[in-house]
Formats: sequence, structure tokens, C-alpha cells
Amino acid sequence: MNMLADPNFFTIQVLNSLSLGMNLFIIAAGLSLIFGVLRVINFAHGAFYMFGAYITYSVTHTWGLSFWWGVVGAAAGLALLAVLVERGLFRFIYTQEHLMQLLLTFALVLILGDVAKMIWGTDQYSVSYPEGLDGATHLGIEFAYPVIYPSYRLALGVIGPVIFISLWLVIEKTRWGRLAKAATQDREMLAALGINVPLIYTAVFIVGAALAGVGGALASPINSPTPGMDATVIVDCFVIVIIGGLGSLWVTFLGALIYGVVFNFGSVIVPNGQDVFAFLLLMLVLMMRPWGLFGQPEGAR
Amino acid sequence: MPRAISSGKLVALVVVLALLALAPLTGSHYVIDLATEILIYVLFALSLNVLIGWSGNVSFGHAAYFAIGGYTNAILLTTYEWPLALAMLAAVVLSMICAGIVAWFCTRLTDIYFAMLTLAFAMFIWAIAFKWRDVTGGDDGFVGVAVPALISTRVPFYYFTLAVVTVSSAILWLICHSPFGKTLVAVRENMTRAGFVGVNTRLVRWTAFVIAGTFAGIAGAILAMYNRGFYTESAFWTESAQVLIMSLLGGIYSFFGPAIGAATLYLLERGSISTPSTGPSCWGSSCSRSFSSCPRASSGWPGKCGRWPPRAGAE
Repeated sequence: MNMLADPNFFTIQVLNSLSLGMNLFIIAAGLSLIFGVLRVINFAHGAFYMFGAYITYSVTHTWGLSFWWGVVGAAAGLALLAVLVERGLFRFIYTQEHLMQLLLTFALVLILGDVAKMIWGTDQYSVSYPEGLDGATHLGIEFAYPVIYPSYRLALGVIGPVIFISLWLVIEKTRWGRLAKAATQDREMLAALGINVPLIYTAVFIVGAALAGVGGALASPINSPTPGMDATVIVDCFVIVIIGGLGSLWVTFLGALIYGVVFNFGSVIVPNGQDVFAFLLLMLVLMMRPWGLFGQPEGAR
Repeated sequence: MPRAISSGKLVALVVVLALLALAPLTGSHYVIDLATEILIYVLFALSLNVLIGWSGNVSFGHAAYFAIGGYTNAILLTTYEWPLALAMLAAVVLSMICAGIVAWFCTRLTDIYFAMLTLAFAMFIWAIAFKWRDVTGGDDGFVGVAVPALISTRVPFYYFTLAVVTVSSAILWLICHSPFGKTLVAVRENMTRAGFVGVNTRLVRWTAFVIAGTFAGIAGAILAMYNRGFYTESAFWTESAQVLIMSLLGGIYSFFGPAIGAATLYLLERGSISTPSTGPSCWGSSCSRSFSSCPRASSGWPGKCGRWPPRAGAE
């Protein structure tokens, strides 16, 4: 761990943790939001992420538009897909047991994986960094030598909190946000008050899926879009959502930061140990506090 | 004592076993290989069903014990050149011990938290298999398993698999239909009431978990020899989900259901199917197509999803 004593290296690792955590936060926030309101653990969330990355590739390379249009396209495409999935499939399983829901979303993983292969094939694509962010930035900090960090990863560390704050504002300060929060508490009561609860469900699912799409789009310059990227990211998101605790956005945000730190510093302490540490953390949290580090135990579990 | 099996089922069972015993007479390599693979997955699905169908605990990490059995057998046979009987015994015992440890933690939780913790442990075990290159071969897989000469050819290996799977399934059947099996059902139906009548519910669930893990280890040990290797994909969560779907497809509240589900799924993956595109059948064809395009995995979800919603009684 001599390496960690090097302030330059340490700073880089902190920044790596931040950019990874923030990228995953965007995706996990969608998963957490959907679980909070719809009470469905959506295995297909990883597939949404994969679609976001592929759509970005198509928009930037096939259509020749800029990267940021790719992000917009990914959000729009996933919103559209979300309407189809929610209205066509999820609507019928809200009253089913958790297991049945898990299986339906797993079937969706297979179908969407298949659709992605039909559209984009099995090649590995590369998405270039957006203009202006393809270089490296001098952070203005200097230890033995100046700290230089890739601009795009730095941008991720900014975009994540921006999305976090906007989401937080929408949920806490707008009528729609309050309705969504109310739906997590008591959907029957909300319906009795004359609120169109199914519409809220659809809206929340659209936002959740669009977040996965944006997360995929933002990850695409770092993780090349490729089949199978959905299966790994969904497990990362589960780790984040569970170590934080299901419930609020804050908790997912903290969970994402912790995950980023554990993943990066884990790989420093034990080379290639990043996954082992992440799952070890998940196990410990589930054993000690199954409701999450910052969550509250549900009344009668 | 076990309740007598109904005569219809008994006839069907005898016919299936007879057909399986005669399968090598077809002389077709394809048929024998397919039958061997199906038998392995049948045992894997049956083992899981003790946990899901009988004790009502949904595991999302059953592939872990499959993989422990597989890797241990592969490593002991090849790296340490142990004889088959010892290597396989060690593989099964290690699966049992690991399942015992994991079960001790998991049975403290129920429902979705139980499922998530089994998933967490399974992914941890996957991560170890993935990173420990020197021993497991990492993501290249453990290749070149030294299979004993006696069963190194196709037909003897098939009979070896058939014998092991038949005996294991018979033991599972006896367990499920013993008083212990009834206790499992009681715990599944109502854990609180089972506790009231004096059942140590946590111990019962722990035992079911260990039984499931042990027999999954046997299935994994056979698969390692059949493939002459073992790969990390068999420890990944998608493998756990696949065996779960196999069980549900056949029906988890029937003993033979998961066996039928496993066989159906495997056949669906191999045969190019065209089912009527109505509702779930549509997913089925899509699932199996998606799986047939990714190697080493198979699935499908045709028609209705097993016996869901559950019937009131077991078996």
C-alpha cells in the first residue's frame, strides 16, 4: 500500500472512484426509483443501460451527430421502450409475488439482449469522447508532479451530482415528485383521492428507464457497447442499491460513492480484487443490516 | 414412510428410464450427448427444487454450488491427479460445506433478502473463480480435465451419468417424501405456524439449503467431466436464473416438474423452434433464440409458466 501514500496516485484513485460511482449512480437511481414506486426489482434495467450505450453509438456513428445528441437519443429511445414495457408487460405483474416479477424481468433481459443482437450484432463498438472532453485536465494541484486527469471522467463526476440534484428537486419540490413519493407510501389511498396512479407508474418507469439509458450513453466512451454488458452492470446496481438501502435517492447516491471507493481501492490493495471486494461488501451489509447501511428496517419483515 | 407413487407416474418413470437406458443403441453421438447434458441439468434443477419448491426459499445463487462441485472435481482430477471416486467425493463434500456456511447466513433472512444474499454469495464465488487464475483458469476456464479412462468415452460416460443422476434423484425423492419433506412443506406454507408446533424452522431451511447445494455439486462435478472443463459462466448469476426458470417452467410444486422443465428447456435450445407467437410463447422463442446465440447457456419459456399460481398442496 505504498502506492496509496503517494498523494498523486491517491488523488487519481479518489477521482476514479468518483467518476465510476457517479456513472453507476445515474443507472442505480433509475433502478431504485422504479423499485420505490412500482415495487418491482427490474433485472432488465441492465438491458436498458445496454440499449442506451448502443443507441449512442448509432446516433454518433451512423447518423454522425454529436455525442450529446447521443445521450438525448438514448434517453428518448429508452423512454419509448419504457412505455411499451410498462404498458405491455409490467402492468400485469404488480399484484404478483416478487419471484414472479423477477422472472418476468429476467425473461425481458433475454428478449432485449436478443433484440440488441438483432439490431447491432455481436461486434464491439467504440464511441469517441465528446469534443472538448477528449483530452486531459490539469487539476491545478501539484504534489511531486501535477495531477492530470481525463476530462471526460472528470465531467462524469460533475454530471452525476447535477442529475442527483435535479432529480432531488423534481421529487421534493414538484407536484409530480410528491405524487410519486405518495405512491411509494400508499397507492390505494392515492387512487382514492382521485389521482391517476397507473399514469404515475408509467411516468416513473419512463424516468427510471431514461436514467438507465443516460447512464449507458455516458458510459459508452469508457465501456465499449458490447453484448453482455447488461449482465454485469445490473449486479453492480444491485450492490449499490442494497448497500445504501432501498428507499431514497440520497441513500443510492451514498451507496454509489461507497461502491466506487471500494471497487477502486479494492483493486489497489489486492490487484484484480475489485469484484471480490464489492460482493464482500454486499454480503456483509446483507448479513448485518439487510435494509441497507442508511435505510430503515421495514416494520414487520 | 414415503407415500406410494401413483401407478401412472410409475409407468411413465419406468418407460423414461428404459428409454434413457436404451438411448446409446441409437448409435447417434448427438442423441447420447444431448441426453447426458439433459441429465446433468435435470439433477441441477431437481436439487434446486428442494429449496424452492419444498421449503419455499427462492435462491438466486444456486449456480455457486454447481460451480464449486465442478471446479473442485476438475482441479482434483487434473491438477492433483486424484482418483475419480475421491475427487468426486471431495467435490460433493466441499459443495456441502460451502452450502452449509452460506446457508447459515442466508437462513437468517427471508424472502427477497434471502434471495439477494444468495445472489451476493454466488457472485462472490463467481468473482473468486474469475480472479483466481492460477487455480481455476480465470475467464479462460479450467480446461483439459483428466477424465478417468474407464468413463472417458461417450457411452460409458453416459451410463455413468445416468447412474449417478438416477441414484441422486431417487435420494432426493426419498428426502422430499419423508417426514422431513413434509416438515419442509409445513415451513413453506406457514413458517410462523410451523414454528408454533415446535419445528426449528431455521434448522429445517438450513438443511434444505445444504441438501440442494450438495446435489447441485454432484451435477457440477459431472458437467466438468463431460465438458472436459469448467467455465466461469457456470458460476455467473445468469446460470442461477436459468436453473430457476427450468424449475418454474416444469412446476416447482411437483417433484418431477423441474426435471421436465430442464429437459424441455434444453431441447428448446437445441431444436430451432417456431411456437405460435401468442403471449408467453413469444418470449419463449425469443429466450431460446437469444440463448442459442450465446454459447454455453440455454433457456426458453414456452407456454404457461409452470404451475403458477401455486396449487394449495404439495406434490
